[in-house]
Amino acid sequence: MTLLLEVDDLSVSFGDTSAVRGVSLSLAPGERVAVVGQSGSGKSTTAHAIIGLLPGSGRVTGGAIRWRGEDITHAEERRLRRLRGREVGLVPQDPMSNLNPVSKVGRQVAETLLAHGMSTRRQAWRHAVDLLGQAGIPEPARRAKQYPHEFSGGMRQRVLIAIALACRPDLLIADEPTSALDVTVQRQILDHLEALTDELGTALLLVTHDLGLAVDRTSRVVVMSEGEIVETGPVRQVLTEPRADYTKRLVAAVPSLTAAREPVADTEPVLEVVNISKEYRIRGRGGVLRAVDDVSFTVGRARTTAVVGESGSGKTTIARMVLGLVHATSGTIRLDGAELDGLRGDGLRAARMAMQPVFQDPYASLNPMWTVERVVAEPLRTLGSADRATRRARVAELLDQVAMPQSMAHRYPNELSGGQRQRVAIARALALGPRLVVCDEPVSALDVLVQDQILGLLSELQRELGLSYLFISHDLAVVAALAHEVLVMRNGAVVEHGPVAQVLSAPTEPYTRQLLDAVPGASVFDGSIVVPR
Amino acid sequence: MVRYTFHRLWQSALTLVLASIVVFIGVRLLPGDPATAMAGEEADPETVAAISAKLGLDEPIPVQYLTFLGNALRGDFGESVRTGTPVDEMVGATLPVTVQLAVYAMLIAVLAGMAFGVVAAVFRGRWPEWVANGFSLFALSVPTFWLGILAVLYLAVQLGWFPASGYVSPFSEPLRGLYYLTLPAVILGMTHAAVVQRQTRASMVDTLAADFVRTARAKGLSRGAVVFRYGLRNSLIVVTTIVGLQLGGLIAGAVVTERIFGLPGIGKLTLDSVFTRDYPVIQAVVLVITAAYIVINLLVDVLYTVIDPRMRVSGRAR
Amino acid sequence: MTTAEITATPAPLVRGRTLRRLRRNPLGVVGGVLLLIVVVAGAFAPLLAPYPPTEVHFATPFQQPATVGFALGTDDLGRDVLSRVLYGIQASLEVGLLAVLVAVVVGVPLGLLAGYWRWVDAVVSRLADLMLAFPALVLAVGLAAINGGGLANAAVALGVAQIPTMIRVVRAETLRLKESEFVLAAHTMHAGPSRILGQHILPNALSAIIVQATVIMPTAVLGEAILSFLGLGIQPPNPSLGIMLSDAQQYLFRTPWPGIFPGVALGLICLGFNLFGDALRDALDPRSGS
Repeated sequence: MTLLLEVDDLSVSFGDTSAVRGVSLSLAPGERVAVVGQSGSGKSTTAHAIIGLLPGSGRVTGGAIRWRGEDITHAEERRLRRLRGREVGLVPQDPMSNLNPVSKVGRQVAETLLAHGMSTRRQAWRHAVDLLGQAGIPEPARRAKQYPHEFSGGMRQRVLIAIALACRPDLLIADEPTSALDVTVQRQILDHLEALTDELGTALLLVTHDLGLAVDRTSRVVVMSEGEIVETGPVRQVLTEPRADYTKRLVAAVPSLTAAREPVADTEPVLEVVNISKEYRIRGRGGVLRAVDDVSFTVGRARTTAVVGESGSGKTTIARMVLGLVHATSGTIRLDGAELDGLRGDGLRAARMAMQPVFQDPYASLNPMWTVERVVAEPLRTLGSADRATRRARVAELLDQVAMPQSMAHRYPNELSGGQRQRVAIARALALGPRLVVCDEPVSALDVLVQDQILGLLSELQRELGLSYLFISHDLAVVAALAHEVLVMRNGAVVEHGPVAQVLSAPTEPYTRQLLDAVPGASVFDGSIVVPR
Repeated sequence: MVRYTFHRLWQSALTLVLASIVVFIGVRLLPGDPATAMAGEEADPETVAAISAKLGLDEPIPVQYLTFLGNALRGDFGESVRTGTPVDEMVGATLPVTVQLAVYAMLIAVLAGMAFGVVAAVFRGRWPEWVANGFSLFALSVPTFWLGILAVLYLAVQLGWFPASGYVSPFSEPLRGLYYLTLPAVILGMTHAAVVQRQTRASMVDTLAADFVRTARAKGLSRGAVVFRYGLRNSLIVVTTIVGLQLGGLIAGAVVTERIFGLPGIGKLTLDSVFTRDYPVIQAVVLVITAAYIVINLLVDVLYTVIDPRMRVSGRAR
Repeated sequence: MTTAEITATPAPLVRGRTLRRLRRNPLGVVGGVLLLIVVVAGAFAPLLAPYPPTEVHFATPFQQPATVGFALGTDDLGRDVLSRVLYGIQASLEVGLLAVLVAVVVGVPLGLLAGYWRWVDAVVSRLADLMLAFPALVLAVGLAAINGGGLANAAVALGVAQIPTMIRVVRAETLRLKESEFVLAAHTMHAGPSRILGQHILPNALSAIIVQATVIMPTAVLGEAILSFLGLGIQPPNPSLGIMLSDAQQYLFRTPWPGIFPGVALGLICLGFNLFGDALRDALDPRSGS
């Protein structure tokens, strides 16, 4: 059997910086292979090198890429143009930025057909409408005339799939095709993509950071780290009996749904949220959007309550209302029994000292112009009364607590890695010894290995300091690792609420079930070995 | 979209009314009393008072303003204090000259600017980019009125390629009219061409680096198709905005250009009236320039919704 | 203590990186050198100029450049062109700096407040729109006509004309930064508006403000030349590059030189600021590679 694609000892550099070294992989017709790696592992660069679209100063510096035996490593543009779109389709990562905002969707599909002479000018539009329909877009004739901004993220990704498959290519490269989408949407789209490629006999090269996706969607996996391949083999084997050290750590770091905590004794509540709602007026239409609809829960001392939901579920609005950044339309929030609404002066100071946030984006949550020391000392300065020397000592103590070396105190945020920044954010939250920490997606911007470390740190701090967490997340597996109690939210309302083990292993609501099933990898393993996210 | 247009119309009208108040008060802040200026330095107080009364200067300021506004809406801006000519006639005679000059200059600026901008973006890092960028840096740094003076001296007087000064209406004699306007329009348009060049280049560079362009290449589209179908279309949106913002500067820049080339436009009228404290003329001229500016920006904003589909939805949804 | 920390920003390391990037940009270096020359020429004009700028030598009008005693020649009144250009550069820079000062002192606080509070925005943005309705030069001509000529009045007029753009730049930065998570975090740490605006938002908006200042400088320098050329700026016999050009226009046919050098000087000042400003913008752009 001739191989479809053969990458042999490929090296790629950007200027003088080497990005990919000695990568070899191959695909047979109709085969499905995953390239798995963290950010910066060189997985996307490898994919782009195959179709000759390396960005900027990127260059292939060694090795060969063969397509059906033909060496295309340094093929001319004309040859590559026939390859792209016709023989190899690409589904890019971010559906929001990959469609031309000023061109009709149908036209963007038709363009591909015309570029390869797959359709005449007269038929291209009708053909494009058919393709959009096949990609699962309802009312394709009407939607084809619309512009990308009139489509949701999931629908845009379907358009991109229609474009990639328009010319019935032999290989589809999917570069993190669903990482910007909610899990349930991700699942629908990937199911659909699988059906379409099955029908056409298209091979799939899935580039992803998510081991679970690799398990679900491919048969062979190539694990990359720092520009090199560390392990390759059948997907189950790599995940259940990893040989390389890196793969072992990676597999171990994937949070598991079954690791959910056993029920523990209730403690007295630190935070009580009673029937809160948040309404936004919709401009110009006099309508009202209920972003949060009558939600109640408590967070016990030294306990974690998690709020889980997809985008638009209202979970972040809850965090902001608790933090006092957004006013609740109705309902009450009590911290240590004291109502937060309308607090002024000393009461407000006390409340803020008792409750601190950790936000999602470690790149945005630290003032880039301040040193780590100044960032961590900020709450001591605004809320505390300590003098400079005391503050400095306290910062040193806090950095120790989050396992940051003291030498980092005089660095600036842009000199730190994502994980280090999140540690700084945690240190700042702990500065005044709060009882409650509100964590808004604290690990969702981090790679799996770092995510695991930060989750470990949060658990440890909870044990040591008796902290309570209100933990906002879209990721059920992360919640399983940390929470005692969980609320599942959808469209602003609570769908299900209970102890974490019960909600995750025996959900009573169909939506929770749906969420659990959509977690990549969950359906492959029965939970006895490892359940990758 | 209709709703948006009405909103912008209302906003523009409001700005125009506020601008008229500012102009009215500003003119009243000018040093010197117009009645005295009209009557002459040695006139007796009675004559001055009589002139004051005739001009309505003895009325309270708000009344004066309302009278002014009412008359202005009917196109009546009074008479020149100096010559006694009706101001609307003076404006009517000079405005077309400036509008022709400005439109011609803008045309040159947009065509040259976009061409240089596209060249700079497409040939990034190679010599054509340096040439194109060098042109815009030159045009932005060198005082163009100085270039205008040198152009008159060398190109017009010494080489005789262009007329040194004067104006012929392009409507009565199209070719000669354009010939007379060309040098002033090039000089006036240069700075603006540079601005258009820079914006076009920046927007093209951004667009060509965008994800959707890579996706287009991955579809198998050629580089040329991507540059023109994707890059140019997207940068057109930016250029439209710039043109709107620049037209105001162009009309103001005409003040200098008209003086250098001896064109009988509204810029020259502005200067003359400022120096002679001919306040009805100043009032009218500044108001007309401002109104033109506001109207142009209104048109650009509306045009914007046509070019950029993202601006259209909000209207259609309703 | 707090003030010491404010002056510590922009962060030295961030600044170090910006400088490194600037040094690696050849055009930026050229711009920097040009600026240095121009600033030295302007600042030390009294030391460098061979004659007082207004001293007339009726015996030697219209001298060619490279004449002994008059390196750049003389004008119709026999005044030394070199001396007048040096003092003219000084005047141009003074006007430019003053205009930037006006735009910054008025525009930055208004931009911060307008970005932070919606009700301030309603008023400030309306006013900025109104000011933008007057083309900058018309505004400057009008203000100069009301206040009379002179260096300070011209500078104020040109600076005022730049206020609305400065407001827009700072307002946009404030709007962007106030939604950022580090500002949200500061809210939960009980930081008040003055702390958030002064210590979180302003330092982060600084690079945009500096870049805008490098745009205002050449605009104001050229604006002064135009106003003076029209007779609405600096008043003769005080030296100004614009006045020199206006004077030279009368006798360009006899000798072009007194009209060439001031134009070249203006061009170099603006080229310096434009090159340096572009390089600074690139160096501060977070999207350009590290």
